[in-house]
Amino acid sequence: MTAIEFNNISKQYRLGLVSTRTLSHDLNRWWAMNIRGKEDPYLKIGDTNDRSTKGESDYVWALRDIDFKVEQGDVLGIIGKNGAGKSTLLKILSKVTTPTTGTIKARGRIASLLEVGTGFHPEMTGRENIYMNGAIMGMTKAEISRKLDEIVDFSGCERYLDTPVKRYSSGMTVRLGFAIAAHLDPEILVVDEVLAVGDAEFQKKAIGKMQDVSRGEGRTVLFVSHNMASMQQLCKTGILLNNGQIEKTGNIGEVISFYQHQAVLLQKDSIIERRDRKGNGKLLLSGVVIRNQEGTPIDKIISGNSFIISIHLLNRDWTEFDQVAEMTVAINDEYGDRSLVMNNVFKDYTITFDENTSKYRVDFLIEKCPLNVGEYGMAFYLSDKFGNVIDWIDNIHTLEVEAGDFYNTGKVHRKGLGHFLVDYDVHVVR
Amino acid sequence: MDEKYSTLIEPKTSLLSVDFKEIWRYRDLFSMFVKRDIITQYKQTILGPAWFFIQPLLTMVMYMIVFGGIAGISTDGLPQALFYLAGILCWQYFADCLNKTSSTFTTNQNIFGKVYFPRLIVPLATVSSNLVRLFIQLFLFVVVYVYYLVAGVDVAPNWYVLLFPVLVLMLAGLALGFGIIISSMTTKYRDLTILFTFVVQLWMYATPIIYPLSTITNATVRTVMLLNPITSIVETFKYGALGIGSFSWGALGYSFGFMVVLLAVGIVVFNKVQRSFMDTV
Repeated sequence: MTAIEFNNISKQYRLGLVSTRTLSHDLNRWWAMNIRGKEDPYLKIGDTNDRSTKGESDYVWALRDIDFKVEQGDVLGIIGKNGAGKSTLLKILSKVTTPTTGTIKARGRIASLLEVGTGFHPEMTGRENIYMNGAIMGMTKAEISRKLDEIVDFSGCERYLDTPVKRYSSGMTVRLGFAIAAHLDPEILVVDEVLAVGDAEFQKKAIGKMQDVSRGEGRTVLFVSHNMASMQQLCKTGILLNNGQIEKTGNIGEVISFYQHQAVLLQKDSIIERRDRKGNGKLLLSGVVIRNQEGTPIDKIISGNSFIISIHLLNRDWTEFDQVAEMTVAINDEYGDRSLVMNNVFKDYTITFDENTSKYRVDFLIEKCPLNVGEYGMAFYLSDKFGNVIDWIDNIHTLEVEAGDFYNTGKVHRKGLGHFLVDYDVHVVR
Repeated sequence: MDEKYSTLIEPKTSLLSVDFKEIWRYRDLFSMFVKRDIITQYKQTILGPAWFFIQPLLTMVMYMIVFGGIAGISTDGLPQALFYLAGILCWQYFADCLNKTSSTFTTNQNIFGKVYFPRLIVPLATVSSNLVRLFIQLFLFVVVYVYYLVAGVDVAPNWYVLLFPVLVLMLAGLALGFGIIISSMTTKYRDLTILFTFVVQLWMYATPIIYPLSTITNATVRTVMLLNPITSIVETFKYGALGIGSFSWGALGYSFGFMVVLLAVGIVVFNKVQRSFMDTV
């Protein structure tokens, strides 16, 4: 049975400031629509929402022709880069704003959790705020009273129940807010990144609760997060948004790997030409090469073997005055979470460049590769001694790590047994 | 709409589709907002709710000095304290409601941007929570009134004082109507907000608060003043409670009609704006 049906949902936003120019557009629109009985003239224009390029028009489509169905009891993960339209979609679904065109039909009550603890008043006590927040979410007083004990229990804030919320730690506020939301009884639950808060223990509890909600109780959940690991844990199906359009739907695993593969494809562009970077560009990353200890470029690294990451830089506008303070190479796991950070400052090594040399190569030598089998992403960050970003770019290279004899025992690790290998000893101690 | 679907989200709805049932369903939220407004108003002040008394008393003393003393404006032979307090009682309620409801969208954009509930609940709750302050001030008024009665001043209430609940209702309706219209008009263009604070100040002087209507002898000015829907409300209250001023069913009826039309227009406009104001606020 279909729980939610999106029919050609589009959302247009206007860029820039509100000014006399918007007033003239408003008047023009009003004239065309109400006096001449025509369509909105500004609906025909508008660029797709690609932030990195400069568009022709003042109008962009944050969402364009979104058309899909969600089955009842499904847990749908919505994936995409920042600005892909994920949050806009959730906002429309939770009725915070309206679509420009298209309709959504849904079966049952929709509760949205775009933020934890919406409407908490710092001067009111925890108990008062439970009622307040619950009512904002659409519960009646009687429903909240019935669930008060459960909510308090889940949040673990019993002792502070009659203390104003402004005395709570930020973690406690979040716990309380999530506890209320988790005890709503909607048929459809919309959740936006709220798990990114609280300590690890609470996150685990929150994910567990969300799993209960969707699996045991047959509710439909729509979930947005940048954390691919919790996405994979929670969701059954996924959709990938890119520039406001659906790029891929299907099983969550497929969608996630498609999304990650895209990030890899991006690397195929020569790094020097990439535009998804930040910084003043006085020095630019122009290439990354992985070598073995002898200096020969290699495709794959083997766990336990030594390798070199060579960073190639192009000097565009460097002066002696700009001293480099910090060069960072980071390695991310397959979900895009940071695994490892290497930086010259940690090693007390000062890097200086002079303005007459046009190309540089900086090598990071790793004696014994600690990474387990798998694919890893890399990011690069370079700043001067004043903290100004010179060049900052993600997804610069994919490290492929193969199984190797890390322990010199002839035994190899396989994928799934953690991300890292370390040297250790095992003893029986009596 | 397909029968089996219970929620439909679409770009535009007709102008008159105000969902009163939904507002009724959220009545618990309404009472929570009222409660919040009341209990958080004077938190962490030493005098607490005593400020409800102190504010009108200070205003009264100020009026007695400036308008009664320095300017020497007539109070129709009544004790100044009683005369000003009656006016302050009505006007303060109206102005408080108007000021607060007129910024509904801008002050609540954080909540409104995160969760949906019928937006009209917020201004309705504002107008209702202000009633508490009104009743506390009414108590103050009665105390002062009794004091002057005992002191032998010639004031006598008449049966028209029983219209008080209706008058309050009309003040609330007018404030709500104006407030939500202004709030709706200022989400995108803030120019009106600046103009508006000025207009409210002027409006008080166009209402017989600090002077009795009987001092206005110029026919044109008097007509203009009677077009002001607040005038007849204030006059009726003063007539019923203090026995001065003028009363006519016609003038009161005009104000009532004005309120009904204003409220209807306000709700329609507000309902239209609330759906997508997040994009422009």
